[in-house]
Amino acid sequence: MRDRVAVIGVGHSGFAPITAGLSYKELSFEAALRAYSDAGVNPRKDVDSFVCVSEDLLEGTSIFDEYVPDQIGAALRPVQTISADGLFAVATAVMLIRSGIAGVVAIEGHSKASDIQSPGAIHQFALDPVYNRPLGISALAVAGLEMNHYLSATGATAEECAEVAAANRRAALLNPIAAYPSEIAAADVAASEPLWFPLRSLDVAAPADGCVVLVLANEERARDLSDEPVWIAGVGWSSGSPTIESREWGRAEEVQAAAGRAYRMAGIARPDSVVDLAEVDDTYTYRELMHLEALGLAPEGGAGEMLAGGAFGPDGDVPVNQSGGSLGQGYLFEANGLARTMECVLQLRGTAGARQVEDAGVALAQSWRGVPTTSAAVAVFASDEAVRA
Amino acid sequence: MSPKRPARAPASNGSRPRAGAAPRRRPSVPTPPFTARGRSLSDAEFRTAVGAVDAGVDARYAWDTGIAVGGYLRGLRDGKILARECRRCRRILVPPRMFCEQCFRPTDGWTEVRDTGRVNTFSICYVRWDMERLEVPEIPAVIEIDGASAGVGIMHKLGEVRPEDVRIGMAVEAVWKPPAEREGSILDIRYFRPRDAAERAGRTAAGRAARAGARKASGARKASGAAKTRRGKAR
Amino acid sequence: MGQKVAVIGAGMTKFTRRAQETGKELSWEAAKAALDSCELTLDDVQAVCMGTAPDAFDGVHMKGEYLSDGAGGFGKPYMRSYVGGGTGVFGAIQGWYTVASGMFDVALVVCEEKMSSTQPHPQGAFLTIFDNILERPLGPNLLWIFALEMNRYMTVHGIDKRDIAAVSVKNKHNAVDHPSALLGMGGITVDDVLASEVLAWPVQRLDVSPVTDGAVAVVLAAEHVAKRLTDKPVWIEGVGWHLDSSYWTNRDLYYPDYVEYAARMAYDMAGIKEPRKEIHIAEPYDPFDYKELHHLEGLLLFDKGKAPEAMRDGVLYRDGDLPSCPSGGLLGVGNPIAAAGLMKIAELFWQLRGDAGARQVPGSPKRGVAQAWGDLMQVGTVVVMGR
Ligand SMILES: [Zn+2]
Repeated sequence: MRDRVAVIGVGHSGFAPITAGLSYKELSFEAALRAYSDAGVNPRKDVDSFVCVSEDLLEGTSIFDEYVPDQIGAALRPVQTISADGLFAVATAVMLIRSGIAGVVAIEGHSKASDIQSPGAIHQFALDPVYNRPLGISALAVAGLEMNHYLSATGATAEECAEVAAANRRAALLNPIAAYPSEIAAADVAASEPLWFPLRSLDVAAPADGCVVLVLANEERARDLSDEPVWIAGVGWSSGSPTIESREWGRAEEVQAAAGRAYRMAGIARPDSVVDLAEVDDTYTYRELMHLEALGLAPEGGAGEMLAGGAFGPDGDVPVNQSGGSLGQGYLFEANGLARTMECVLQLRGTAGARQVEDAGVALAQSWRGVPTTSAAVAVFASDEAVRA
Repeated sequence: MSPKRPARAPASNGSRPRAGAAPRRRPSVPTPPFTARGRSLSDAEFRTAVGAVDAGVDARYAWDTGIAVGGYLRGLRDGKILARECRRCRRILVPPRMFCEQCFRPTDGWTEVRDTGRVNTFSICYVRWDMERLEVPEIPAVIEIDGASAGVGIMHKLGEVRPEDVRIGMAVEAVWKPPAEREGSILDIRYFRPRDAAERAGRTAAGRAARAGARKASGARKASGAAKTRRGKAR
Repeated sequence: MGQKVAVIGAGMTKFTRRAQETGKELSWEAAKAALDSCELTLDDVQAVCMGTAPDAFDGVHMKGEYLSDGAGGFGKPYMRSYVGGGTGVFGAIQGWYTVASGMFDVALVVCEEKMSSTQPHPQGAFLTIFDNILERPLGPNLLWIFALEMNRYMTVHGIDKRDIAAVSVKNKHNAVDHPSALLGMGGITVDDVLASEVLAWPVQRLDVSPVTDGAVAVVLAAEHVAKRLTDKPVWIEGVGWHLDSSYWTNRDLYYPDYVEYAARMAYDMAGIKEPRKEIHIAEPYDPFDYKELHHLEGLLLFDKGKAPEAMRDGVLYRDGDLPSCPSGGLLGVGNPIAAAGLMKIAELFWQLRGDAGARQVPGSPKRGVAQAWGDLMQVGTVVVMGR
């Protein structure tokens, strides 16, 4: 098979509510050292291209792409920044490798959320400056609108959403790098502070600091460098309507479109019968349910019931967010998709420790950039064994 | 490989526009294959018509300085410039970092460098960021720090020197705030000034020549004249 | 290498001081013009690539998301790349690998900048480009770093400012023939430039490109599609990009290594061994007049320090041996950051097809190079195009 791309190295630093005493550069350096060591590459010689993900306002620096190269071994090398979630960078690396211009690509994404002193104001700055911002609403209000529509359109319940938070926080107990492991119950979510009805504070993933670096390679280099390459079977991304006034509520159409592309590329017709585990966006509890539906892992409006029945638990048909997801690991902004990819890789290598999903051969990662955006990406990963079978 | 495009025979009548001459004007016609759309607003339209929404963002950050920069700032508070050393490439690095970007490995240790150096390049800035004129021009410079590796410098400002006396290669020294006023900031160094007292007093030949020229020419021409006096300095 | 990729269409808005259009509307105008130029509709586009510089200009966090529907990204694979001032030319590189990967056959690249939204002055967007802890306390403005680099370049080589000012004159004159131009100035002379207000010596007012709003778009297609749609495809033969260390005060600014590395990458891919013979037309990045010369050297088209001589000898005029910025460049057409870079790709497209009208370079050039630069004097992006 021509044009195949594999993940051959993963590394992280964090994840933690704060990483006091470390600069973002030092966080990235630590993650990069681990990833390059895992892949067995020297970035100064063996990596052909570098892709970073960041947004200026999350860093407090205009043109932040200036500050990325040194700490990942990329000074005076081909480096680009993608202003999107890390899965978009995975897609970019796949394109770079398939185009032939790079054999080995490194990807970096980090969150230094603890540096941000006015997160709400910055988030609000993402709203349309003319139509929405003058209303003085917070960006989170969009999540409230969306959740309310989803619940009323599908019959899903706030309690089912609360189960998502409980499940993911609990899963995080088995993930030593997670920032927010906890034994919480759905009732705790229901009792938490109301934000924008029906959204409550424990429905929302809390930010964390951390960095993830990945190393990807074409087939030749992957075989050469790695005993356990994890193949990228498919990747897709899509944008919905960014305009709040004209979008489809209650259904994650951009996720559906992105998944459709990834599945086509991977040759997957029935995802629920192929995918062994999934790491999906759970920025807000209700969004995990919407995403499972858009990914074809649950019928429309049926994800909540399935989740409550254990279908997405560690022993279920398709274990979901066994890493703890963003609710359990912490919300890493643009690095979210890279954390999900890292979990898929560890699971497919069989090195996920206490949370290992048995006989994992195919894993799926999905990202969404949060309100008010409609931007999503999906990647399907397969172990070497699954590909050979 | 395609052959070099044959250059059109040079115009022997000298009609090609030369530096200093007004180039010949061609008729301005819309160029195919597109028609450009877009409308420019006048300042009055922008300010008065329905068409502008004022908004700012309350973006506040508290950046972790980290190990390397944190150590550097503590050094400045103590009146020292600290560097990190990479023992593989044998470079001494300011500003310090915990990694060597060339070798991609951790740097090996702290070392103090001197608070003197040489001007690598400089500017004389007459405007603020919003293009308002400054009453006293600022002189930003890159200063190669003595004791650090060749070519390794920091950005700071120059002071106690007349703009026309500054030159690339000039030896400078840090002027520190008094210890009680230092707070662990790059501003604990007020500025760098010439080490040579004559240069601080404005008694250099180049400065005298520039000032003499300035008396004859307009302000703007002074700067271009200064450009010529600074020619030919080798790296 | 993957599939061969051609530029098959290009369009742009007027470049203006303060556009009535929003950023979304500018993106739409450019995208529409580009699609119209090759008689395609948005339905034919399989992926959209967006290039736009700091969010601080438009005043929207994650502005790539905000602009997506204007750029035609609704319901499509849409992605924003970002390499500071190098973004515009990088947009074409992003479009290239999007198609070359074999995953898409037709991609639309849109680059937008609406600088005028930033009040009281767009320079405000640049205040926070400096290191948050080590440089910002000094109160630096963007002109500083250009002035520092220009001074170093002039001093190391002993360059006469007149030769640099002549670049500004050339480009503002070239722009008179550009229907989108903000600042075509037919009558301007070198003396005018040298007499203009000193901002940050050696940078003077007329050394600098103007603050501008605008958008540009190009349509890229795989070989089998391009040949079906046009008789005059312009091929992307080589792409290159490099980002140098952020520690810019540890580098010698007199020479842009990052441009040379990017150029070598692009020339290698294009099979170019002798760029001085094989490149017929150049669109180097010219936000400041000295930068055009600096970049021509980094592009290996002149020896270090020798580009000013070429300017003096007339080599860089439209009818010279190596026409440089025949569009009028950023100094003449305007500098809406990302859009200005992609404008250089559009200009090569028109020039190499022989469609540049009054701006047409004589001698039917076969191959050109476009280049942009950005960040802390740090990034070089290079595209070689040929027919
Ligand atoms: Zn070293």
